[in-house]
Amino acid sequence: MTVRQFKVWRGDESGGQLNDYQVEVNEGEVVLDIIHRLQATQEPDLACRWNCKAGKCGSCSMEINGMPRLGCMTRMSTFEEDETITVTPLRTFPVIRDLVTDVSFNYQKALEMPAFAPPKDVEPGEYRMQQVDVERSQEFRKCIECFLCQNTCHVVRDHEENKLAFSGPRLFIRAAELDMHPLDARGDRKEIAQQQQGLGYCNITKCCTEVCPEHIKITDNAIIPMKERVVDRRYDPLVVFGRKILRRDQLTSTAVAEPAVHSGPVTVAEGAAPVNFSRPLSGPPGPEVNAAGHVNLNEMLSDRAAAASPFGDDITFPVDPKTLNYYHPGGADH
Amino acid sequence: MTTTATRPIGARPRAAIEAKTLRTDRWWLAPLLTVIGLTAWVAYATFRVFMQADYWVGAYHYLTPFYSPCVSLGCVPEAAEFGRFLPDSPLIPYAALSLPFLLLFRLTCYYYRKAYYRSFWMSPPACAVPDGHGKYTGETRFPLIFQNAHRYAFYAAALISVINTWDAVLAMQSPSGFGFGLGNVILWINVIMLWAYTASCHSCRHIIGGRLKHFSKHPVRYKLWGFVSKLNTRHMGLAWTTLATLAITDFYIMAVSAGWINDLRFIG
Amino acid sequence: MVNIEAHAYDVVVIGAGGAGLRAAIEARLAGKKVAIISKSLFGKAHTVMAEGGAAAAMGNVNSNDNWQVHFRDTMRGGKFLNNYRMAELHAKEAPDRIWELETYGALFDRTKDGKISQRNFGGHEYPRLAHVGDRTGLELIRTLQQKIVSLQQEDKAKFGDYQARIRVFAECTITELLLEGTGAKKRIAGAFGYYRESGEFVVFEAPAVVLATGGVGRSYKVTSNSWEYTGDGHALALRAGAKLINMEFLQFHPTGMVWPPSVRGILVTESVRGDGGILKNSEGKRFMFDYVPDVFRKQYAETPEEGDRWYTDPDNNRRPPELLPRDEVARAINSEVKAGRGTKAGGVYLDIASRRPAAEILKRLPSMYHQFKELADVDITAQPMEVGPTCHYVMGGVEVDPDTASAGVPGLYAAGEVSGGMHGSNRLGGNSLSDLLVFGKRAGEYAASYTDELAARPKIDDTQVAAAVEAALSPLTREGGENPYTLQSDLQDVMGTLVGIIRRKGELEDSLRQLAELRERIQKVGATGGRRYNPGWHLALDLRNMLVVSECTAKAALEREESRGGHTREDFPKMSATWRKVNLICSLSTEGGVDLAHQPIPTMTPELLGLFEQSELAKYMTEEELS
Repeated sequence: MTVRQFKVWRGDESGGQLNDYQVEVNEGEVVLDIIHRLQATQEPDLACRWNCKAGKCGSCSMEINGMPRLGCMTRMSTFEEDETITVTPLRTFPVIRDLVTDVSFNYQKALEMPAFAPPKDVEPGEYRMQQVDVERSQEFRKCIECFLCQNTCHVVRDHEENKLAFSGPRLFIRAAELDMHPLDARGDRKEIAQQQQGLGYCNITKCCTEVCPEHIKITDNAIIPMKERVVDRRYDPLVVFGRKILRRDQLTSTAVAEPAVHSGPVTVAEGAAPVNFSRPLSGPPGPEVNAAGHVNLNEMLSDRAAAASPFGDDITFPVDPKTLNYYHPGGADH
Repeated sequence: MTTTATRPIGARPRAAIEAKTLRTDRWWLAPLLTVIGLTAWVAYATFRVFMQADYWVGAYHYLTPFYSPCVSLGCVPEAAEFGRFLPDSPLIPYAALSLPFLLLFRLTCYYYRKAYYRSFWMSPPACAVPDGHGKYTGETRFPLIFQNAHRYAFYAAALISVINTWDAVLAMQSPSGFGFGLGNVILWINVIMLWAYTASCHSCRHIIGGRLKHFSKHPVRYKLWGFVSKLNTRHMGLAWTTLATLAITDFYIMAVSAGWINDLRFIG
Repeated sequence: MVNIEAHAYDVVVIGAGGAGLRAAIEARLAGKKVAIISKSLFGKAHTVMAEGGAAAAMGNVNSNDNWQVHFRDTMRGGKFLNNYRMAELHAKEAPDRIWELETYGALFDRTKDGKISQRNFGGHEYPRLAHVGDRTGLELIRTLQQKIVSLQQEDKAKFGDYQARIRVFAECTITELLLEGTGAKKRIAGAFGYYRESGEFVVFEAPAVVLATGGVGRSYKVTSNSWEYTGDGHALALRAGAKLINMEFLQFHPTGMVWPPSVRGILVTESVRGDGGILKNSEGKRFMFDYVPDVFRKQYAETPEEGDRWYTDPDNNRRPPELLPRDEVARAINSEVKAGRGTKAGGVYLDIASRRPAAEILKRLPSMYHQFKELADVDITAQPMEVGPTCHYVMGGVEVDPDTASAGVPGLYAAGEVSGGMHGSNRLGGNSLSDLLVFGKRAGEYAASYTDELAARPKIDDTQVAAAVEAALSPLTREGGENPYTLQSDLQDVMGTLVGIIRRKGELEDSLRQLAELRERIQKVGATGGRRYNPGWHLALDLRNMLVVSECTAKAALEREESRGGHTREDFPKMSATWRKVNLICSLSTEGGVDLAHQPIPTMTPELLGLFEQSELAKYMTEEELS
């Protein structure tokens, strides 16, 4: 048993800092054990997610010495005895408290991704698939949804604004899984990956693969094959030419983020709205003003009969709701 | 019935951690080595390609891969296996037909993309280290969307590998007929490595079998796919190995051609 | 005044594991508006830990298999204490539930002809467990999770809102069920809980509640269960007036890791034994041959040679004794360790490294290999593992109606591990995953139809909500309250040492005394910090659930004077035919203590009895039952 130095980030959305702790470490322990000891002995309200403590549920995602890792899979023996170990929450997602972050981004993206489409005329119990055909998809189904890949991916980690257009590695392996599923009835997975999931944002720098605790070859076996499949469809000049001529280009549109108009009581649940409410909007342009900074009130000088609109004359009504940070909520079934 | 608060994506701040990265290991080493390695190689290759000399050993029919196929009017006639038709100019490499495609093949290669995005572009330099750009659109628009042309570069590269193989076959001669020397060994190693690199390409893996939905219906392609997949896991290693074998092959032939050394002959 | 968020749903499912999700899917398919309450994030439920597979008599590998054989195995495994009707429904419906999963997108391992592959498992006569490598539980939870997403997408297309008819309340804990009326007219009106994330309170107004909260394993120190397993559903049901059955039967998985300490309790799947692993004591002896009980003598090999032949030729050889039901294996290991032939850490060796080539182990047990390598730096292809009994599963639970999964209180349903009766005194490996599918579906179906028949929706009683708020806030407001982590650790010590795998009268009496003391202390538990994601506060609130469930277990264990399945009394080592006729029922007394009652077990129908040989029944039943 030794006493070792730890720095743990504590705080919430209003700010926080790295606190120093000295904690006992026993042989064979992992970082999550230390967090638990910290809770039990020094900081009972230290927030940290965990469940199975066996690398199977993917709850205890955190950043240890700056690297995204599972707390339960990081053995203390991998550090030097005199090394200070820094534990911080996932950076890519909004912080809730201490080591706990709001990972609803990932669930929202999963919600927007078209689910498995069962083949029409195959009864339950009649599904026949060969092992070699399911193996590729099975690799991706090993995913424990720890979201370390989502967290480490610089596309959203360093560029918050890409979160709207980019689904992230977790959803790319889901796309590959379904596209490679021997019985999935949808033919447009590639197009969805490219057009709606933002596959093109990936520049295959492979950090997702590097941090995956399940050792899924995310880049080599899912993202690159999906990119190649997209190339088959979209960038192969012969195919594109043929499509243009034969007019086989029309995609069946899928259910994504189009606000529907309906009546009824209003319930918008967390993360349900398809609008990024934080995106900056240029406000209404404002009315036209004269050199003195005043609205022209003289009808003689104006090009119209009535007063200028206080919101500017360039706006046509009705306003396209997609340009607003507004979502008309759903929930008709009350 | 109360209404739940709406909490849209991204509306809440992330953890306020001052340090840009908290990584304590030497994460900068790999991008640094990549920069050094690639810069050195590109400098050597550029110098050699525009040197327009010492590329041909007439006695043993050695042609360096940097000049194959030699199609410029400036080429030594015996070296020009595929005819001479490009104008001779110091600005046009003798192998101007193949070099752009080889360059394109490597530029769009999924491994090299990772390597130079990380090292030259710093986008990102290493995992969990912030990338050095304010804005990022990845490969969604011009010019990077052309990375998707890798497929066509692969076809071209495969063709050029055939030419390189033919060069290696032709090189097994001497003034007295059949011949074999150290130069042949080097040429063959280079060709085999080039084939391995080309075949291990992700596009190749896709074309061979990756695009299939049902492996069970195409047992032969599945076998080939399995083989290519194995090679593919070594794509990065092969990418660097072929840079080395290309440079070594070229340097050896330059050295023999310039008369700095004599080829070590086993036969003939 | 505290701010309380209110929601109205038709069916509220508490628990987002396999049973909960299956129930939610069924209720949604019946057109109901469903809330799924999950203590953790969506898809992290303890179901992911199930490795072996889901038992269903599909007969894909051995066509001799059918529901009758499965039923027989289940009854044998449960030592005939099972609710026969549940076992029957389970055996009959499991294949359909598995096939259904494929239409949701599950990808099981396949046989040569493209069907779902099935593997051998302890206690199952034929290869019966549908599996995906050794991560079947993960596949199951992911499949159900994705089915829910696909239903939400349908709702989005129809109503414009993903959450129009199913909403997942992640990281939300229910602390009380709300009731309407008293006595015989009592019925479910809703549920009260808090968001872990914000500490804000939430009330669900709902006529039907499905409990699918899993087990109670967190009351034990060495356990494979996650922190969520605090017996919430058991306690909620008790407080709502339902009864618990068979609470003395806890399954200790025979092979949990005992070394290194940080991974203590993590399970080593039975498939390690099914695929050739053997148990050895510290002297290197393969000891299981000494522990085959008489009832199993006929089905198990007598020599290592015969046992080894079975792996390749199961039709002409009997299986090795390593594949005995779990309790037998656990007891054998316990005896070896007690006799001083265990390892230093108090376990025995499980050896597959010397019996199978490394490549085969890697192929058959990839995540097992991965887990050991990553978590403990142990290479299972090169060295034996150190294993010992670990608290794993509670057979007992809420007493339910076999067909409807109703828990006795109108509107209350229970499915999965939280319900009791199906597994009798011991659960067969692989039966839990199929159990939660079969009864999860039934619970959802009948909860939905219950809401159809209602004349009026029940009303929530505000005084109950106010009381629940006060109870929830009390640890935070208490000055100088006791540390919840210390209390939990003390409770685990009591349960682990006194109500563990082998039980004695004196120790059980002692445990009841200590639990009574803990009850006093737990009433004075305190939590520091605020309401936002405060694990100390959450634990403080869970403690009373753990305590009441532990009391049930200890009381029932003291009462049952025999050894059967997951209940072993050192002072009563034999199985007793008279005790087989009795179920022990726990309920809450008016003062809040635990009342224990005897209840006769339902009599099996003659058709089902006819599936067994008379000689076999004689081992379990009294003379008069047989005649």
